[in-house]
Amino acid sequence: MAAKRKKELEGEEKPQENRISTFPDEVLERVLVFVKSHKDRSAVSLVCKDWYNAERWSRTHVFIGNCYSVSPEMVARRFPNIRSLTLKGKPRFYDFNLVPPEWGADIHSWLVIFALAYPFLEELRLKRMTVTDDSLEYLARSFPGFKALSLVSCDGFSTNGLASVASYCRNLTELDIQESGIDDLGGSWLSCFPDNFTSLEALNFANLHSEVNFDSLERLVARCKSLRVLKVNKHVTLEQLRRLLIRAPQLMELGTGSFSQDHKLRSDTELENAFSNCKNLHTISGLWVVSSLYLPALYPACSNLTFLNLSYAPLQSTELAKLLPSCPLLRRLWVLDTVEDKGLEAVGSSCRLLEELRVFPADPFDQEIMLEGGHSGVTESGFISVSEGCPNLHYVLYFCRQMTNVAVATVVRNCPNFTHFRLCIMNMCQPDYLTNEPMDEAFGAVVKSCTKLRRLAVSGLLTDCAFEYIGTYAKNLETLSVAFAGSSDRGMQCVLQGCPKLRKLEIRDSPFGNAALLSGLERYESMRSLWMSACKVTMSGCRLLAREMPRLNVEVIKEDEGDDIQAEKVYVYRSVAGPRRDAPPFVLTL
Amino acid sequence: MEAILDNFKFKAARALTELTLGPPGVIAPEKSSVVGQKCNKRALPEKNDGATSPVAKAQVVGWPPVRAYRMNSFRARKGEVDDDGCGIYVKVSMDGAPYLRKVDLKAYNGYKELRGALEDMFKCCSLGGEEGYDESEYAITYEDKDGDWMLVGDVPWGMFISSCKRMRIMKGSEARGLSSSA
Repeated sequence: MAAKRKKELEGEEKPQENRISTFPDEVLERVLVFVKSHKDRSAVSLVCKDWYNAERWSRTHVFIGNCYSVSPEMVARRFPNIRSLTLKGKPRFYDFNLVPPEWGADIHSWLVIFALAYPFLEELRLKRMTVTDDSLEYLARSFPGFKALSLVSCDGFSTNGLASVASYCRNLTELDIQESGIDDLGGSWLSCFPDNFTSLEALNFANLHSEVNFDSLERLVARCKSLRVLKVNKHVTLEQLRRLLIRAPQLMELGTGSFSQDHKLRSDTELENAFSNCKNLHTISGLWVVSSLYLPALYPACSNLTFLNLSYAPLQSTELAKLLPSCPLLRRLWVLDTVEDKGLEAVGSSCRLLEELRVFPADPFDQEIMLEGGHSGVTESGFISVSEGCPNLHYVLYFCRQMTNVAVATVVRNCPNFTHFRLCIMNMCQPDYLTNEPMDEAFGAVVKSCTKLRRLAVSGLLTDCAFEYIGTYAKNLETLSVAFAGSSDRGMQCVLQGCPKLRKLEIRDSPFGNAALLSGLERYESMRSLWMSACKVTMSGCRLLAREMPRLNVEVIKEDEGDDIQAEKVYVYRSVAGPRRDAPPFVLTL
Repeated sequence: MEAILDNFKFKAARALTELTLGPPGVIAPEKSSVVGQKCNKRALPEKNDGATSPVAKAQVVGWPPVRAYRMNSFRARKGEVDDDGCGIYVKVSMDGAPYLRKVDLKAYNGYKELRGALEDMFKCCSLGGEEGYDESEYAITYEDKDGDWMLVGDVPWGMFISSCKRMRIMKGSEARGLSSSA
């Protein structure tokens, strides 16, 4: 059903000797089908005009990292045969309430164009986009072959929108609404899947607060024999989970419901049996409200586990230490800092193959009044333990309240292969707590040791020195997140001048001003975006940037009327679509 | 500028030790020693320290960078389960039942819930589940810290869960000796 490429008559027919390839375009297209990565496809499209055309006709998936960098009409014009689309919208700091809610990134205008251009669209994967119920209904009704909908960190819709999708998408294989801010009007949407609907392969409603009808869920799971991903919300009890597992032993990814005491549970052995029947599980998450009494039921399911997400389960170190030996193949582990350093020691001793560790704070805003004094959580010592036991570690996200330069240097000496290093010392501008020095040397060690580093998030007390290190050594860095750091414009300048592969730079509350902003004039067109909030940039600096670089969209978010000089929040991104046409009043495009 | 920045960092560090009753992730009202947003322009409001309401902690929007959905789920969770995450597990035996159970006393809000849970738990093995089983014919007892067997329900709930070591559901004539007349 793909649109057929007509032999364009004027200008395309070339004499044999002018062509780079001597085989027909159709053959080239067939070959290009195997080129999947969008970076490779971009490269292919730049070879010559023939290849550009062959590539655009054979491309079925488009990835757009910033929905405002291009318009849907342009996408439709260039790529006639798209089946799958991935779109990202709001700047990442939207997740931390730094971007006002009505900012934009609404999917609807895209859907309208695509309903005409791609009636055979099958997949839509959105991140940080606004999606309304109307849009969901429009989607469900406009694309008869629609298969996969993934909404990560999206908002604007309610469970009514889900009901539309369930009702009208006959061929749905995937419905994933993880982490989306959804207006929860009740769980009846799940019952909207027709009785003869059996194609579901992946279902994730873990974040929904309301209860779905369990009978409907059980019947759905029973009749969808290809189901491999099931992530339920916390209203699903242990006994209910047991029944679901009996129906779907083929599951590969499981998000449990509540893992706490359930009087209706027939017996613990039956629960264990249900788990041990699931021989294909490689990912487990959920474990809302976990009672350690029932954790052992999981153990039989963990032997092939590669990803364990315990970031909603406030486990103690002993519970984690008992669980981990059952997971010898673990590669990715997410935990809460309730496991403390002792728990991380257990990680270091049990998880030799670990590649990714994320430690989230159970109490980030210090609301627990600790009776025994001192904060719980993890420290530098837990970090070191993990690095000693897990030499393959390459991705870390670590929230802590204290850190030292020496500890970080030790960690990266043990694990020089970091590609993603995100350290968040939660107390702002906190120095090395032993020496009282800035944390510059810590991040210096990171960028010197980890030559493959692609993503870095810094924290703690930092001077320009840290950024000099980054600019000097982090030659593969693509994403940098900065908060409350640096001493002068020089810091940002070092990064912009020194990191050739930088694509995303997000900065908040740092003393970088116009000189820093403008030093990146040449860089921004090769980057996806720049975000600066609560820095020292002024409107005139932004206007100058906008004037010098017409192919950049320079947007200032103005929330209060007060100040006409400071540019509180600046978002700069390259775009071939020109300025936004849907900007709300508080977004000024310069 | 350097001095202002140092001052800002000092304020930030100090501000974090102030207690608050405000919701997390919300910027404090203007008059408190707000960090971050205004540091690059205005002099820090030192004179406001005294005027700062004791309620307003100088929290900064979006810091630490924990996503909203994670916070929402955690907050919801706190309402359901006790904070420190450790239950109080006690063994429960029932006369005539072939095996014991264990319950987490922290999972219940009071005696009524506990009774309901125990009934559910032991219904399937109450002497073959015979009909006409009269619940007043059994008594729930517990062994306290001193080793004495007490009738469940006499003391305030909080006192009960802190002193209960294990429970026993007694039947028939044995129970009558302990049961209250009502």
